[in-house]
Amino acid sequence: MIESQRIPRRLAVVVSTLGGLLVLAFLLGISLGSSELGFGEVFRAFKGELDPESVAAAIIWQIRFPRVALAAIVGGTLALGGLVFQALLRNSLAEPYILGVSGGSAIGAIIAMLLGFSPFPGVALASFGGSMLVLLLVLGLAAGRSFVRRDSLLLGGVMMNALCGAVIMFLISLTRNTQVHHILFWLMGDLSMFSRGQLPMLLSILPCFAVIYILARPMNLLLMGRENAAVMGVNVKVVTNILLVATTFMVSIAVCNSGLIGFVGLVIPHILRLMVGSDHRLLVPASILGGASYLILCDLLARSLPAGGEMPVGIVTALIGAPLFIFLLWRSSR
Amino acid sequence: MSAIKVTGLNLHYGKRHILREISVAVEAGEFVVIIGPNGTGKTSLLKALAGLVRVSGEIEILDRPLAGYKRRELAASVAVVPQQVPIEFPFTVADTVLMGRSPHLGLLTVESANDYRIARQAMEFTEISHLAERRLDELSGGERQRVIIARAICQQPRLILLDEPTASLDPAHQVRIMDLMERLRREQGVTVVMVSHDLNLAAMYGDRLLLMDKGCIIQDGSPRQVLTAGLLDKTYGCRMIIEESETLEVVRAFPVPDRFLLS
Repeated sequence: MIESQRIPRRLAVVVSTLGGLLVLAFLLGISLGSSELGFGEVFRAFKGELDPESVAAAIIWQIRFPRVALAAIVGGTLALGGLVFQALLRNSLAEPYILGVSGGSAIGAIIAMLLGFSPFPGVALASFGGSMLVLLLVLGLAAGRSFVRRDSLLLGGVMMNALCGAVIMFLISLTRNTQVHHILFWLMGDLSMFSRGQLPMLLSILPCFAVIYILARPMNLLLMGRENAAVMGVNVKVVTNILLVATTFMVSIAVCNSGLIGFVGLVIPHILRLMVGSDHRLLVPASILGGASYLILCDLLARSLPAGGEMPVGIVTALIGAPLFIFLLWRSSR
Repeated sequence: MSAIKVTGLNLHYGKRHILREISVAVEAGEFVVIIGPNGTGKTSLLKALAGLVRVSGEIEILDRPLAGYKRRELAASVAVVPQQVPIEFPFTVADTVLMGRSPHLGLLTVESANDYRIARQAMEFTEISHLAERRLDELSGGERQRVIIARAICQQPRLILLDEPTASLDPAHQVRIMDLMERLRREQGVTVVMVSHDLNLAAMYGDRLLLMDKGCIIQDGSPRQVLTAGLLDKTYGCRMIIEESETLEVVRAFPVPDRFLLS
């Protein structure tokens, strides 16, 4: 027989476990790198005991901390984005990158950058516009053909992705700008360029987290199908639109700051569903915390695997995520 | 009190006229079964009553215009049991049944001990308590149907709309589902409106049958009034035999195979 009050109790367990994991990942991300720092030094830095003029303090506060914090917020955003798209489209393979939403956002951002717009709000808004446009196109492509809906959605997304890639390369080839190398590196997913100016833009993601968490129960009902959700009291149109806009917005902000990092939204919700089940009241906070830890660790690999220098973190997430996508697609088609 | 009052209802999908000038009233506490051939608008009528499709004409649910309800308000008094529920993202049985409480809860409210008690009662009522921690995709068709009915009961509705709840179930499970609905009506006074293709189940449980054809209700009355040979022959386009079952004191209707017609 079912016991009462299990959601708050399970929520406490999930948040404390994944929160612990995030703290661990954070500490690892700050202490490991080309110049190793001990945990002791990191702890002292956080307690304010480290000499602010020292090299260690400079590495921690100027380089590592911003980078790890960016990885955390981008990772949480992408994982949550995948979770929401999967619930709305009732397709466990949906994900911002696979749907082409990230690509659209990159096009918008690049156009705005080449036109010399300021990062915020210019580039951010252009990137949001680009991603909304692609999302509507992909949804339009897949609409009305319910029996092939699942596959036409993915196919539409992949094709939009290819188109976005081509448009991006076309735009880059038109410019004789010294920015080109910078843009190319950013496109592959890059967390190394962070300035304080990006902070307000990144903070605008947090209200999206809150909105999505508030709509966690309607998302559960939406998993049962639109009509099922409606007859259980969900205003499907309103909830869907709010979720689509909030998710697309936060993903495009993430893309502006870190470029194209794929498959986080596939890998993390998939693993978490196996662990905590399908309830979004648990999955939403779990995805944020899990995605944050995951991208910190992926970035750690991206920084430490190459013998000299580093590689874009998007390569690491694709190397992990793409095979999982192929496996899930293969298993579902059997 | 009236549970449903429909006046001059019309529904179009594009150019197709699905429901034509439907007018019908259902009193609270009635057990009504909608029958009729495939594609005559039975499911559409049910969807119209649930507020899922845009129609012209007037619908009153529990003495209030349907258009005046907010989604959550409606879900707090009307429950719908659809033909199919998707199981791509499987919830446990207990979680699914508890979802029935959502129309009674705020967005961030956690289910109270009382909500759990109602869910437990609904699961006992439908005899699925032993399945509480199983996942929906691990259940048989009959078990899954009872879970969805438990979810509907958990909504504590005054009116319950069911779309072919016994389709694809074996006879024992069919009777079990129908008995549940009968008990729900008898013990809690819930109005039951059900679409069914099974004329015999309809005759055994419904105190009133609505026979639909081509978007219209062409006969409305007790099983004996509706299940008549001439009418059913014409509506279904096949020879039907109507018999009185003495053991069950009900009328039975079944189609005649070709080979009996030829001889």
